[in-house]
Amino acid sequence: MASHGIRDRVAIVGMGCTKFGEHWGRSIDDLLIDAVGECLDSVEDIERHDVDAYWLGTMGSGTSGMTLSRPLQIENKPVTRVENYCATGSDAFRNACYAVASGAYDVVMAVGGEKLKDSGYSGLVVPPASNDGTASEASAPAVFSLLAPAYANKYGVSEADLKEVMSRIAWKNHRNGALNERAQFRAEVSMEKIAAAPLVAGSLGIFDCSGVSDGAAAALIVRSEDALRYTDRPTYVKALAFAAGTAQGPTDPAYDFTSFGEVVASAKDAYRQAGLEDPPTELSMAEVHDCFTPTELVLMEDLGFSQRGEGWKDVMDGRFDLDGELPVNPDGGLKSFGHPIGASGLRMLFECWLQFRGEAGARQLEAPTLGLTHNLGGQPGACVSFVSIVGAERGVAGA
Amino acid sequence: MASHGIHDRVAIVGMGCTTFGEHWDSSADDLLLDAAEQCFAATPALAKADVDAYWLGTMNSGQSGTVLSKPLGIDYKPVTRVENMCATGSDAFRNACYAVAAGAYDRVMAIGVEKLKDTGYSGLVRSNVAGDGTAPEETLTAPAAFSLLDPAYCEKYGVDPHDMRQAMTHVAWKNHVNGAKNERAQYRTEVAKDRIAAGAGKVAGRLGVMDCSGVSDGAACALIVRAEDSHRYTDTPVFVKALSVIAGPASGPIDSSYDYTTFHEVVACATDAYAQAGITSPREQISLAEVHDCFTPTELILMEDMGFSERGHAWEDELAGVFDLDGELPVNPDGGLKSFGHPVGASGLRMLFECWLQFRGEAAERQLDSPQLGLTHNLGGRPGSCVSFISIVGANQG
Amino acid sequence: MPTGILSYSAYIPRYRLAHEELGSALGMGGGAGSRAIASYDEDTTTMGVEAARRALGNGARPAALYFATTAPAYFDKTNAAAIHAALDLGSEGFALDIAGSARGAVGALRAAAASGGLAILSDLRTGKPGSSDERDGGDAAAAFLFGPGERVIAEVLGEASATAEFLDRWRRPGEMASGQWEERFGLEAYLPLIRDASSRALAAAGIEQADHVIVSSPHSRAARTAARELVGRVAEEAPAIGYAGAADPGIRLASVLDRAGADQSILLVVAADGCDATVLRTTEAITSHRAEKPVAEQASGGREVRYATYLTWRGLLDRELPRRPEPARPAGPPSARSESWKFAFVGTKCDDCGQVHVPPRRVCVGCGATDHMSRAALAGRAGRVATYTVDRLAYSLSPPMIDAVVDFEGGGRYTLEVADAGPEDVDIGTALELTFRRLYTAGGVHNYFWKARPV
Repeated sequence: MASHGIRDRVAIVGMGCTKFGEHWGRSIDDLLIDAVGECLDSVEDIERHDVDAYWLGTMGSGTSGMTLSRPLQIENKPVTRVENYCATGSDAFRNACYAVASGAYDVVMAVGGEKLKDSGYSGLVVPPASNDGTASEASAPAVFSLLAPAYANKYGVSEADLKEVMSRIAWKNHRNGALNERAQFRAEVSMEKIAAAPLVAGSLGIFDCSGVSDGAAAALIVRSEDALRYTDRPTYVKALAFAAGTAQGPTDPAYDFTSFGEVVASAKDAYRQAGLEDPPTELSMAEVHDCFTPTELVLMEDLGFSQRGEGWKDVMDGRFDLDGELPVNPDGGLKSFGHPIGASGLRMLFECWLQFRGEAGARQLEAPTLGLTHNLGGQPGACVSFVSIVGAERGVAGA
Repeated sequence: MASHGIHDRVAIVGMGCTTFGEHWDSSADDLLLDAAEQCFAATPALAKADVDAYWLGTMNSGQSGTVLSKPLGIDYKPVTRVENMCATGSDAFRNACYAVAAGAYDRVMAIGVEKLKDTGYSGLVRSNVAGDGTAPEETLTAPAAFSLLDPAYCEKYGVDPHDMRQAMTHVAWKNHVNGAKNERAQYRTEVAKDRIAAGAGKVAGRLGVMDCSGVSDGAACALIVRAEDSHRYTDTPVFVKALSVIAGPASGPIDSSYDYTTFHEVVACATDAYAQAGITSPREQISLAEVHDCFTPTELILMEDMGFSERGHAWEDELAGVFDLDGELPVNPDGGLKSFGHPVGASGLRMLFECWLQFRGEAAERQLDSPQLGLTHNLGGRPGSCVSFISIVGANQG
Repeated sequence: MPTGILSYSAYIPRYRLAHEELGSALGMGGGAGSRAIASYDEDTTTMGVEAARRALGNGARPAALYFATTAPAYFDKTNAAAIHAALDLGSEGFALDIAGSARGAVGALRAAAASGGLAILSDLRTGKPGSSDERDGGDAAAAFLFGPGERVIAEVLGEASATAEFLDRWRRPGEMASGQWEERFGLEAYLPLIRDASSRALAAAGIEQADHVIVSSPHSRAARTAARELVGRVAEEAPAIGYAGAADPGIRLASVLDRAGADQSILLVVAADGCDATVLRTTEAITSHRAEKPVAEQASGGREVRYATYLTWRGLLDRELPRRPEPARPAGPPSARSESWKFAFVGTKCDDCGQVHVPPRRVCVGCGATDHMSRAALAGRAGRVATYTVDRLAYSLSPPMIDAVVDFEGGGRYTLEVADAGPEDVDIGTALELTFRRLYTAGGVHNYFWKARPV
């Protein structure tokens, strides 16, 4: 497969991100207007009319590009809608990057937004296409809960220990979210409270599941050679990788629910595009798709941050804490920031953006240079995975 | 606005297109597989394993890239789903082109599919977005919305409604004549003008069933590489000269200055596309045009919005046969949405497929005499609030 | 300052079911006359809005709404809140349903009279096919604004009430028709109560015979019999639209107010599970403050429909639907955010360039300015058809659906369904006014919004 990437060819020069939460009083229009407004305000020399083209990511809060052009009254510009389950916002970003790298446009914007709280339902609602009624109706927590016993069983971890590991992940992400004014949940939660929470599916309790929320985020992208015109601290895009699997996992006896093949493949592609040889050491931070706590655990291994079967130990050692060797989800993650589907991928890039520019406040890491963002859509054995690598500098990745 | 385009930087080197129709026996999976297999079979130098990335266009027949990766058994390649109402398939194609032009990938596929006949409903269905129940789209159907074009046009240009009705009838008749020559079309028989006229007014406004495009299932796909690599895969690549998408501010229906005789988005889109491709007199330079004839009055208005006819005169040009298969500028030579059918996600790619066949001399009974430049166009939404897509493709570089 | 009725109004829906049509459909006798029926897109809430809007034509903003009906659109939810929203009364004020029995009409009137405010009486009367409730019922609404002021057109002089518990008429929630005991049983129960309450009310008002007498009761024979005894100096010309339940006293009082002279007395008797008698007297102001659309005018004419159409509209005939998706239920949060748009047709007007937007927009369609908007209330504005179409494919209980692109006086354009009209009534340039309707019910939720109807 030829996936050459477009390392360092484009850069983010402006970003915006709304608070995530239950925004009863705000429509998708309001959220998109706010995110786009904040994004344009973050960069001096770009006005709305300077943006040549838009990519909108939303899973279910609107159809066609008019979902963005209508509220913003965008006239005579292209607006493409991209959808890819939970990787929606990231894939909108990816396509925007290719368009600007190709030279078709000079200044583009990727916007992601979701109004999950309008449906009236608890959790995600994904209206299926007409079908024969035989597909499993299991909820998202249910299908991801299958990871826990499989992992425990394979690596000889007791049920109680694994529950503690999951709680530790939730605890870490809430702790980080407590330092983040934009997050949905901004209070630390004790390990005891997490462990004692009512169960939702399998061994997953309420605190093992990401927040259901509304929100939007946006990024302005230009070719790298133009970036310094707009900001002295652009965020350079070093890798954009995507993998859609054959979705056979749930019906394949060989699939053991302890890994996401799509993540392994997309991470490999991303590291190669960016020229990374020892990712866990070279990366300063990672924003990963912690839709559920066991997911984050498995991702540590699939992304190569931990050895197979050892991820749980690394979690308990604090390796991925904010002050650990490789901070994972420093902004609170899906868990406490919330997960408005179309916005999440861009929200992850937003944290990298803030960190590189020294604007992460109480969460600020020391001189971060490379960040990874990751999204996962679908379910174990049948998903899509997106990985990006972004950096504060052009040139050779890593230190 | 900076819209530089990627003139002649990429080319189509393989295409596939299923028949369009009521495919009760075929699922979206089947149609995707059929289109892709057809495409690979026609492109011996390129196999599935060689494709680096995919762009899937479908409006309602599934979510996420797994809709494609599952039936095709794609192992961990990127698959992006693009949606832009009726411009879905075209916009999937556009994004695929940018990715390959950017150098991120070498060989990509754009594929579109729709299974409209699985819903059980007549016509297009709405999206599931939670709303407050006040949007006209909740109750106003697509035929009703587009039927507003007809009286507005007559009023503005002083056209006798009888003449307008005849022009609309001619559009339907023409497209059926063309579709009758197309083995892939949903409807493959000619329809007499008086039969078309007799049904007028039975659906909405003055539109009858024959003024409305076919509701069908189908899929189509294209393999795209950078122009400099195209010779490796085929002797007759189709070069992409312009790609334009315009999403309007959707304010027409609430703005008293909108008069229902034009699609502003199409005008802007055509201007952009012509600039990218270096076209200065479309009616002369374009050899064939595949446009979005969702309804007959739409096709007439599009002739003016694209600069093929003077304002207020498209109806005359239509009746004079300018846009017939043997006319000055054949419009919808493959039968159009009208008789080929309109599986939303596939339509844009189906239009490119006709250009592909025509440039390669493979259009059989519909074959035009050495066509050079083709235009494809899609329109999503309703009068006053739409997205428009236009591509210009050609048989040669330069 | 005297307190009393400041303004009043009536709303009688457009459609009629002729007794002859009903009779012949069921193989029974018919007779002359007809009953008023609400359109398929009307209910007691929407009719209540119509009457309320008319009564508040002078721009009054009552601090309290009292809504009486025997057929509330929702239980366990205050229907008067929807009316409050449709009247664009903001977030302050009291709104109450007095729902369940026809006596609620008196409750609404007395509460409004006591505290000031708007009494809205609205009803939709149905019975089993072939019943007298079906034949003799009527759908209508009326509204009365009470308050202090020089413009009081009628004051309450006295009132009296009697209450008795007896099984004359009843309906359990969820049932489509009411049960009734034998007619003579109810007659014997009601007459003493009516005599008693009327005489005490007249005595309290200090008069022996009223100029106008109205006797309204769900027990039609009791009302007729009592009316032969309680005769007014002026004969009543009650509108022949059928017995309108909780709206009946309102419609008939409005009819009297349409014609009464100054300083005339009115005895309003409502006999439902007891009897409430109220004596009012008109003032000088009545002659110059009549309701804009008199009852007699609204009651005359009307468009007759077939019995099968009536049954379909009432949901009593479960018809085969066209192959279109069921409409989606309106969602709670979006409807709450757009309350003034959805319920009161309020848009925005750009402060910079004056462009009017319906629905509200934050970014101006004309000049692109963001958040430079002021409110634009369009519900009372005149509209004109810019263009329109007849949609024969769309799902409708009264096909074909007519959609019009409506331009509003002062700016603003929206595409709306046309109500109470056939294709022959609509053309480019036709004058339209807005009417509050129930578009459909989906997922158990009523979708309230506006349509346009020919003036």
